Amino acid sequence: MDFFAIALPALNEAIGLILTAQNIGYLVLGVVLGLSIGVFPGLGGIAGLSLLLPFLYGMDPVSGLSMMVGLVAVIPTSDTFASVLMGIPGSSASQATVLDGFPLAKQGQAARALSAAFASSLFGGLFGAVVLTFFILIARPIVLAFGLPELLMLTVLGFSMVGVLAGRSLLKGLITAGLGMVVGAMGEAPAQGSPRMDFGSWYLQDGMQLVIVGLGVFAIPEIISLLRRDRAIAKDAKLGAGWFDGVRDWWRNKWLSIRCATIGVLVGVIPGLGGSVVDWIAYGHTVQTTRNRETFGHGEIRGVIGPESSNNAKEGGGLVPTLLFGIPGSGSMAIFIGGLILIGYEAGPQMITNDLPITYTVVWSLALANVFGAGLCIFLSGGIARLTTIRFPLLAPFLLMMISFAAFQSKQTLWDLAALVAIGVLGILMRRFEWPRPAFLIGFVLADQAEVYTYQATQIALSRLKLGWSPMLEYIFSPTALILLAITVISVWLGARQSASLKPPVTTAASQQSKIAPIVFTVIIAVFLAVNLVDSLNVSVLIDKVFPITVVGFTLLGTLILLFRSSTVPADHVIVADLEMIGEDAGAPRGVWSTLSWLILLLALTALFGFIIALAAFFVMFLRIRAATSWLETALLTSGGLGGLLVIAGALHRDFPPGLLQSLFDLPWPFR
Amino acid sequence: MTNRKPVTRRTFIATVAAVSASAALTGVAVAPNASIAADFGGKTIEWIIPFKEGGGSDKWSRFYAPLLSEALPGKPTVVVKNMPGAGSTKGANYFASRVKPDGLTIFGSSGSTQFPFLLGDPRVKYNYADWNVVLATATGGVAYLPPDLGAKWKQDPKSIFNTNFIYGSQGATRLDLVPLLAFEMLGLKVDPVFGIKGRGAGRLMFERGEANIDYQTSSAFLSKVMPLVKEGKAVPIMTWGALDDAGNIVRDPTFPDLPTFKEVYSQVKGQEPSGDAWEAWKAFFIAGFPAQKMVFLPKGTSQEIIDTYSNAFQKVINRPDFPQISKKRLGVYPQATGVKAAAFKKRGTEVDPKAIAWIKGWLKDRYGVELKK
Repeated sequence: MDFFAIALPALNEAIGLILTAQNIGYLVLGVVLGLSIGVFPGLGGIAGLSLLLPFLYGMDPVSGLSMMVGLVAVIPTSDTFASVLMGIPGSSASQATVLDGFPLAKQGQAARALSAAFASSLFGGLFGAVVLTFFILIARPIVLAFGLPELLMLTVLGFSMVGVLAGRSLLKGLITAGLGMVVGAMGEAPAQGSPRMDFGSWYLQDGMQLVIVGLGVFAIPEIISLLRRDRAIAKDAKLGAGWFDGVRDWWRNKWLSIRCATIGVLVGVIPGLGGSVVDWIAYGHTVQTTRNRETFGHGEIRGVIGPESSNNAKEGGGLVPTLLFGIPGSGSMAIFIGGLILIGYEAGPQMITNDLPITYTVVWSLALANVFGAGLCIFLSGGIARLTTIRFPLLAPFLLMMISFAAFQSKQTLWDLAALVAIGVLGILMRRFEWPRPAFLIGFVLADQAEVYTYQATQIALSRLKLGWSPMLEYIFSPTALILLAITVISVWLGARQSASLKPPVTTAASQQSKIAPIVFTVIIAVFLAVNLVDSLNVSVLIDKVFPITVVGFTLLGTLILLFRSSTVPADHVIVADLEMIGEDAGAPRGVWSTLSWLILLLALTALFGFIIALAAFFVMFLRIRAATSWLETALLTSGGLGGLLVIAGALHRDFPPGLLQSLFDLPWPFR
Repeated sequence: MTNRKPVTRRTFIATVAAVSASAALTGVAVAPNASIAADFGGKTIEWIIPFKEGGGSDKWSRFYAPLLSEALPGKPTVVVKNMPGAGSTKGANYFASRVKPDGLTIFGSSGSTQFPFLLGDPRVKYNYADWNVVLATATGGVAYLPPDLGAKWKQDPKSIFNTNFIYGSQGATRLDLVPLLAFEMLGLKVDPVFGIKGRGAGRLMFERGEANIDYQTSSAFLSKVMPLVKEGKAVPIMTWGALDDAGNIVRDPTFPDLPTFKEVYSQVKGQEPSGDAWEAWKAFFIAGFPAQKMVFLPKGTSQEIIDTYSNAFQKVINRPDFPQISKKRLGVYPQATGVKAAAFKKRGTEVDPKAIAWIKGWLKDRYGVELKK
C-alpha cells in the first residue's frame, strides 16, 4: 500500500478535523470526565462511556468521537492515582504498577512515582499513536497471522512471567499461579457451560471477577497492614522527592519505556489476549532487563515506568482489532463500538478503505488526549501526593468505601462484598506467608485463555490430522508460533539466570521460631484443592472437566511437595516464611483479625441495612472509635464521603447493595 | 461522508415541528391516544438488559432508548441497565421477582434468554406467559463458506459434503443450536469448536482459515462479512429464513437473493423437510431469530401503561427517518408492536413439548450436554 498516496491526505484531513476549537473542547471535556471517573477504582471506561452514550445521539460525529476518545484514553492514566497512592489496583491495567508504586509512596516518594508513571503514560500513548499511524494500514494480515496455536503460545509466554515474579521460592510461585488458575476456572465452563467448582451457588457459577480478585489480593492486605500500624502511608508523614524527579527518572529510562510501549502496542493489537496481562508482561520484562533485581517490589522506579509505558500504548494497539475487525479487546472498547454506531460509523474493514480520515481522527485524538490527561495529572501529582501524609485511620473509611463500591460494580449483589472479604483474607494470608500474589493474579487472568485455546487448537489440529500429518504440523508450528516459542524460552532462561543471583531480602533482626502457621495454611489450601478435585471429577461433559482436573491435580501435587519439604526444613527457611514474625508487620500495635473485623462489620451492616445506611453507621463508628475524631470532624468526613459517593453513583445511575431492610420495605434511591 | 451521517436531532425536531404545524393548520388531532396515556414526565425508566455492555442486545436497547424517551409521554429519561449473569437468567429472574408493574422498569429479552426457558434450565425462575410484550424485533442469519468451497457449493452442494468442516461455536445450547442442527440435517460433516466468545470470534476464525464454515446474524453479516464477499474471500450460501404473518418460513427480506435453509434442504434431499427434527429446528429457529429480541412489561401492568408503551414504540417505528437510521443497526426486519408482537411472542415462547424433548435428546446424544443439576 502506498503510504504517501493514501495515508498523508487522510492524516491531513484528520488533523484538520481534530484541531478545531469545538472538537478540542469536547476532547478536554472527555478527558476531565475520564479523569474524575478513573480515580474511582473499578468504575473505569465502561461506566464513563455509558454515561456519555445518551448525549452522543445526534451529536456532530467528530465532536462525539473526540469526547469518547478523550474519556477512554485517560482511564489507564487516572487509575494510577489509586495504584500508587493507596495500593489499590484501579483497573486491570494498573495492577503491576502497585508492586513498586505503592512502596515508593510508603517511602514518601509518591509525587516522584506518580509523575514518573504519568510521563511514561504520556510517552506510551504518543508512541502508540505514531506506530499505529503506519501500522494500521498493514495490520490486517498481521492480526490474522495470530491463530489459536499462536494465541496459546502468547498465553504460555504470559505464564513464563510467573518465574520472574515468583519471589524467593519457585515452588511456591508455581503453586500460587496454579491456585490462581483454579479460582479462575470456577464457574460455567467456557466450552459447554457445565457448572464447575461452584458448589451450587449461582454467584460462583459466573466465575470470580477480576476487579474483586485484584482488590482482594492487593488492596485489602495493604489497607489492613497500614491500619494495624496506625501510621500515614508515607513513612513519618513526610514527602521526599518531588514531581520533577519522576520526570527525570522517566527520561533516564527512556529505552525501557520504548521497549515496554512496543510490548503494549503489540499485545493490544492481537485480539483475544486481553489487556489484563500486558502490564505483567511489561513488568516481567523490566525485571528481566534490570541488572540489580533486589529492589523490585520495594520501590524500584523502573517497576513503575515499565507497566505504565505499556498500558497506554495498549489502548492505542487495542484500536486495531476494535476498528478493523469490530472485535473489542475490552469492555470499554465494546461500548466504544456502540458509540461509533450512534454517531454513524460501523467498525469493520471499511474503517481503512473508506473512513481512513475518521480512523486517524480516533488515533490522534487518543494521542492528544494522552497529552492533556497525563499533563494535567503530572501537574496535580505534587498536590495529590499529600494524601499519603494523612493519618491513615482518617483515610481508611474512604478507601474501604471505594473498594466496596468498586467490588459491587461486578455483579451488583451483596455477594460481591462477601467475595471481596473472602479473597481479601486469602490475600492477607498469601502476603503473610510469602505466596507471591502477582503469580496468583497471572494464573487467574490466564486460566480461561489457557483452557479455551488449548482445547480449540487441539480440536482443529485433530481435524487437520484427518488430512495428514503435514497440514497438522504446519498448523501448530507456524513461523509465528516458533518465534513466540523462542521468545518464551529466552524469557524463562533470563528469569532463571537472574533468580540464581537473587539474594534473600533484608529481614528484621528477629529470626523465625515456629513454622506451624505456614504449614496450617498450606494444609487448608490442600484441602480446598482436594474438594475441587472431587467436584471436577464429577463434571459430566468430558471437554469441560479435563482442564480443571489437570490444573487442580498438579497444584495439589505441588502443595503436597511443599508440605513435605516444610516438615523437613528448619523454621527460618524461606518456604515456611511467616512475615508476622520477621516482616514489617512484626510488632504492629494491632492484631490482624481485630483490624479485619472492621471490614466484616461493614459487610454485616450492609447485609442488614443496605450499603448506604451501613456506610453512614460505619463511618461514624470507625471515625469515633478508631480514629478518635471529634463529633464535628466525624460529621464532616462522613457527609463528605457519602456525598461524593452519592453524586458519582447518581450520575452513573448506580444502585447500592441492598440488605435485609430493603427486602422488607420499599425505600427510595439511594437506600433501596 | 455526509451520506453516512444519521439524521441529527435538529433536523428531526424540524421535521416534527413542520408536521405538527401542518397538522394544526388542517385541524387534525396529532395524538389521538393522548387522553388515556400514562405520563412519565420527570421520571427515569430503567431498561434491564440481562447481558454485558457492548453485546447485541445492549446495542439494540441503546439504539431504541433515546428514541423511546422522545416518544413516551412526558419524555422520561430512559436508562439502559445491564444486569448480566448466569447466562442472562439472572436479569430475567430479577425482572420476574422484584420489579413493580408501574411502567418504570422494562425488560429486554433475547434468544439467549428464551432458549434456557424453553430447554428447562434449572436456573430459570421466570415465565414468559406472565409478561406483556410491547415490541418484538426480528433478525436473521446467513451462513457462508470460503471461496473455493463456495464455488463448488454453487454447482452442487452435495459435491462438498465429505469435506471436514470446522465451525467456531459458542456452545450447543446457545443460539448456535440452530445452525448446528441445520448443518447436521443437511448431512454436512461439521466439527464444532466450542468456547468462542461471541460470533465475532467465530468470524475471525473463519478469516484466519481455521474455520471453514460460519454464520453471522444479519447486521453483523452486512457490516463485517459483506466486505469479505466483495473481496472474494467469502461466499454466502443460505439464510435461516424469515417468518411471514401466517407463520411460514419465507426468504429473508434483507437477503432476497439467497435461498433459505428450507429450500437448500429440499434441493439436496429432493423433498421438503418434515418430521421431528424439522419441527424442533423450526421452533428453536423462531425463538432464536424472528422472535429474537422483545421488550416486556412485568406481570400485572395496567392496560393503560401497556398501551402507552405500544403506542410509543409504534411512534418510533413510524418516524419518517426510522427506515434510514434502523437499517444499518437492525436490518430490514419487522419491528412489531401490539397484536403482531404478541404473535411473535407466542410463536417464540410457546413451543410444542415434543419438539423440546427431541432437542434435549439430540443435545444429549450428540454433544453429551444435559441441562439439569
